[in-house]
Amino acid sequence: MIRYFFNRLLLIIPTLIGITICAFAFVRLLPGDPILAMAGEHGVTPERYEILKEQFGYNQPIWMQYFDYIGGVLHGDFGASISTKRPVIKEFMTLFPATVELSLVAMILATVVGIPAGIFAAVKRGTWIDQLMMGTALVGYSMPIFWWGLLLIIFFSGYLGWTPVSGRLDLRYFFPATTGFMLIDSLLAGKPDAFVSALRHLILPSIALGTIPLAVIARQTRSAMLEVLGEDYVRTARAKGLSPREVIGVHALRNALIPVVTTIGLQVGLLVAGAILTETIFAWPGIGKWMVESISKRDYPVVQGGLLLIALIVMAVNLIVDLLYAVINPRIRVK
Amino acid sequence: MSIEATPKAVDRFAALREFWHYFSTNRGAVIGLIVITLMVLIAIFAPMLAPYDPDVNFKGMLRVPPSWMAGGNPQFLLGTDDIGRDTLSRLIFGARTSLLIGLMVVVLAMVGGVILGLLAGYFGGWVDALIMRVMDIILAFPSLLLALVLVNIFGKGLFNAMLAIALVLQPHFARLVRAAVMSEKTREYVTSAKVAGASHWRLMLVTILPNCVSPLIVQGTLSFSNAILEAAALGFLGMGAQSPTSEWGTMLAKGRDLISSAPWVITFPGIAILVTVLAINLVGDGLRDALDPKLKRS
Repeated sequence: MIRYFFNRLLLIIPTLIGITICAFAFVRLLPGDPILAMAGEHGVTPERYEILKEQFGYNQPIWMQYFDYIGGVLHGDFGASISTKRPVIKEFMTLFPATVELSLVAMILATVVGIPAGIFAAVKRGTWIDQLMMGTALVGYSMPIFWWGLLLIIFFSGYLGWTPVSGRLDLRYFFPATTGFMLIDSLLAGKPDAFVSALRHLILPSIALGTIPLAVIARQTRSAMLEVLGEDYVRTARAKGLSPREVIGVHALRNALIPVVTTIGLQVGLLVAGAILTETIFAWPGIGKWMVESISKRDYPVVQGGLLLIALIVMAVNLIVDLLYAVINPRIRVK
Repeated sequence: MSIEATPKAVDRFAALREFWHYFSTNRGAVIGLIVITLMVLIAIFAPMLAPYDPDVNFKGMLRVPPSWMAGGNPQFLLGTDDIGRDTLSRLIFGARTSLLIGLMVVVLAMVGGVILGLLAGYFGGWVDALIMRVMDIILAFPSLLLALVLVNIFGKGLFNAMLAIALVLQPHFARLVRAAVMSEKTREYVTSAKVAGASHWRLMLVTILPNCVSPLIVQGTLSFSNAILEAAALGFLGMGAQSPTSEWGTMLAKGRDLISSAPWVITFPGIAILVTVLAINLVGDGLRDALDPKLKRS
């Protein structure tokens, strides 16, 4: 197990270096001059330009710039945003909880609805219920979520007036950001009405973001369940005279869930991609919207740092999922 | 010659017939195939089918609702957008854009992925390590985010969006082919071909590759729908097709400000994307079931 763990870690090192090179190179390849971008509309005199160039190290050879950057990153310095002048890492840390909160709620929704739906469809295999559920899942899986989000807004916010259109919280509430999660912070501050407001803001974005994972989880659960239901030990359990509930809940489900857990873990990369669209539609102040805005504003340090941090997080989560998989499924460890 | 050729031809047809037998039992897949065929026909014959030029602005005909709604105009079946262009015509021409993107992306990603996957799987060692680490790096970035950055490097526009999406989707093909090649490489038929003196290229392309085709077809279908979705998402974020090209995602983006005053402007392009992607995924599911020998038993 420990060997497997170390091998897995060793494999990551070249990828990590590659990611830093990519994030660094992408930003150098983006059209436009970072110093002119920093100077803004007023522009700079040629003398000042040279001074700035030296100050930010742009006069050094490219590999020196790279090592300077990596040196900074290893000390937690990802540079400062051009538009806000704040350190990239600080901006990231303020916005990241918003994305995590949204993604977690979306994933909980997807899991809580998706797994029972998949089990139910598998048990009712071939009936109209199964067909209806899997048909719905395929529609969800094919959904362009930017359109789905807009439809949700039109119906629930516009037509019914039930939910707010955008943002995380009504402006009239204010409380300290202890954890960065609005749902937790509002309760910590003892403001239940703010909690309700935060929850109402969360509903539509998490439905939009959770739809595709939900469909994937439901489909995966169904096929994993079907595979397991055909196994000998399930037949044995049935023959022993156990109730269908016990056979499905205890014998089949535990084994069927192994691939489902991996599926859930692998949704993380997709969640970030989904968050980019969802946050843009619902004006959700998270890292997805931040990245899109920074790319179009050509805020180079933010793009560079953001890409790096997001890739690191995705890799870390994938690694954890891999290891968890090895823990729950002993067969993988042999190799 | 003829003795050799005849059984081969019969065999081909038999395989195809068997495939169709399994595929056609899946009602959803057949419906999906019909929808895609219709879409392709619409795309090909767009200039004949569209009632108007998709780029013409009809003055005084801004934001006309669909013809069956109050204030609708029978001249514009699905209404017009904020600058008076006919929605139906733009949707019809948009089918061209979306299908073209899907096709180009799949071809580019598949060719790139197959070559890299073959090389990695066949040669192994440092070639494998190098190629697969590069694939890992691409996969570490969320696809849409990477595509966004790449499009900004290449410059906004349809062609660059295609390149970016192809680059992002290509590692999936490479991984698939590599895994298939590695499992086929040690089989007897490969060894016998090697002993018979087949070159590296012959072994890779003629001996091994045909046996990896099934998963490639399924992955290709999946990538086709993914590409259409990603291109629409890029268009929605303003980084894909640029005006006046008719593209469904771009149409949605333009309708965003009108969701309360003219919701039909965003309704139809979304339906078009959903129906196309759904049809492709239905076919993909059907292909997977028909080509997967493990599932055939049931």
